[in-house]
Amino acid sequence: MLYMSLFVLVPLAAVVAKAVSSGAGTLWDSIDNTLAMRALLTTMVASLIVAGIGAVMGTLVAWVLVRDHFPGKRFVNALIDLPFALPTIVAGLTLIALYGPNSPVGIDLAYTRGAVIVALLFVTLPFVVRSVQPVLLELDHEVEEAAASLGASTATSFRRIVLPALRPAIFSGAALAFARSIGEFGSVALIAGKVQIASIVIFADIESGSEQAAAALSVVLMFLALIVLFILRRLGARVGH
Amino acid sequence: MVISRRATLSLRAVALVYLSLLLLLPVAVVFGRTFEHGVGSAWSFMTTPAAVSALWLTILLAMIAVPLNTIFGVGAAMVLVRGKAPRAGKAILDALIDLPFVVSPVIIGLALILVYGQGGWFGDTFLANGIRIIYAVPGMVIATVFVSLPFVVREVAPVLAEVGDEQEQAAATLGASSWQTFWRVTLPSIRWGVAYGVVLTTARALGEIGAVLVVSSNVAGSTLTLPLLIFQRDEQVGGQVTTSVYAAATELAVLSIGVLLLMTMFGSRTQEAR
Repeated sequence: MLYMSLFVLVPLAAVVAKAVSSGAGTLWDSIDNTLAMRALLTTMVASLIVAGIGAVMGTLVAWVLVRDHFPGKRFVNALIDLPFALPTIVAGLTLIALYGPNSPVGIDLAYTRGAVIVALLFVTLPFVVRSVQPVLLELDHEVEEAAASLGASTATSFRRIVLPALRPAIFSGAALAFARSIGEFGSVALIAGKVQIASIVIFADIESGSEQAAAALSVVLMFLALIVLFILRRLGARVGH
Repeated sequence: MVISRRATLSLRAVALVYLSLLLLLPVAVVFGRTFEHGVGSAWSFMTTPAAVSALWLTILLAMIAVPLNTIFGVGAAMVLVRGKAPRAGKAILDALIDLPFVVSPVIIGLALILVYGQGGWFGDTFLANGIRIIYAVPGMVIATVFVSLPFVVREVAPVLAEVGDEQEQAAATLGASSWQTFWRVTLPSIRWGVAYGVVLTTARALGEIGAVLVVSSNVAGSTLTLPLLIFQRDEQVGGQVTTSVYAAATELAVLSIGVLLLMTMFGSRTQEAR
């Protein structure tokens, strides 16, 4: 408990204290300027898009990894963990190398919102895949076969049988991806450029010495993250039982 | 669910193309750019004093943070799963442990400045005694510990719950002290969980940028880690990424791919153990 407080709790409390140090009115003022507001909005929209694409593609990848068989599957499976292992700054750099200026494939996304979304998709890829995969493994084939024998089409049996079973896992994976996207810094630091997202704005505030503004935006961001964490725990409780 | 051969193949193709565009190709390009002027030139960039010192600092931070968080993680998991603390207390601890996962690294850096920095809650006391935490290595250590804190707890707690406490009780009835029980019974049964947690902690500690960047003074040769070196060089050259940046990135990537291999190994062991 002491270890937790020393390293985690006291510092976070200090951020909240700093944010409200000159009254709640000032807190609101520092958020209610266009830059901070727009940064928050961009961050939320980008994170929602990332969670959405991540949910669809993550489920698809998990499906292929569980139900399909092809040579090299074990390698692909190991590859999924790459974003967790690879330092985020390297992730950002790799994306600049491929999709930036001097791109060998001729796609220049650098310093656009598209680049931010690609970077976030990269770092959050494992969340949905790794949460859907075990559920899909456990899923009984028999129910699906029964549905098919009763004349259900592939689409119907996916929608009525497979998807409901996977839904909690998809949601919790997507929520984790969303939470990670809200606060992500490393992978977007190099490629965000003029795209103002919350973590970059906070960093710029700290660098220029306006700790008050940084703390205010931080408190809002932490509050959003806590809400996601809370929803996650509710979902987790349902998945667990 | 019966899927036609064509649908199976197209799903497989979509998944593989998505993964190669997102993961494989970008990483391959970085390796390619590193060695485009030959191995010798890449090697000379990796052995400049700044790069060598950054590599050592990166490893040093991981070597301090990993053991600390391993000891804390196993202890906290024991408290959460085996402890006799009241339920509410455990629930709070459980939720708090996830905080470093959901709080932005940049905010973590800011938090440390506000507490241990100049004018911060404890910072002035430390500074008065000649101990500099923020914009120095100790602050970077604390930041690394903070961001990599939850991994061991999160890996060990489920394993601990899964193995149950019958064997521990048996050991206790046979007269083992609780210390002996822990070393001889509990620890061996959770070892793969611990190992996987340690690997994840190491990966995060090696690669952390946001929190460490904020509390570092960013001086090459003393307070730059490899990720910070990449960030700084990239800023200096204004996005025109040079071979020296790619070389540092390759060095980090090689470290982390080693970590990934360990991860795959220990990951499958923990799956089997469950």
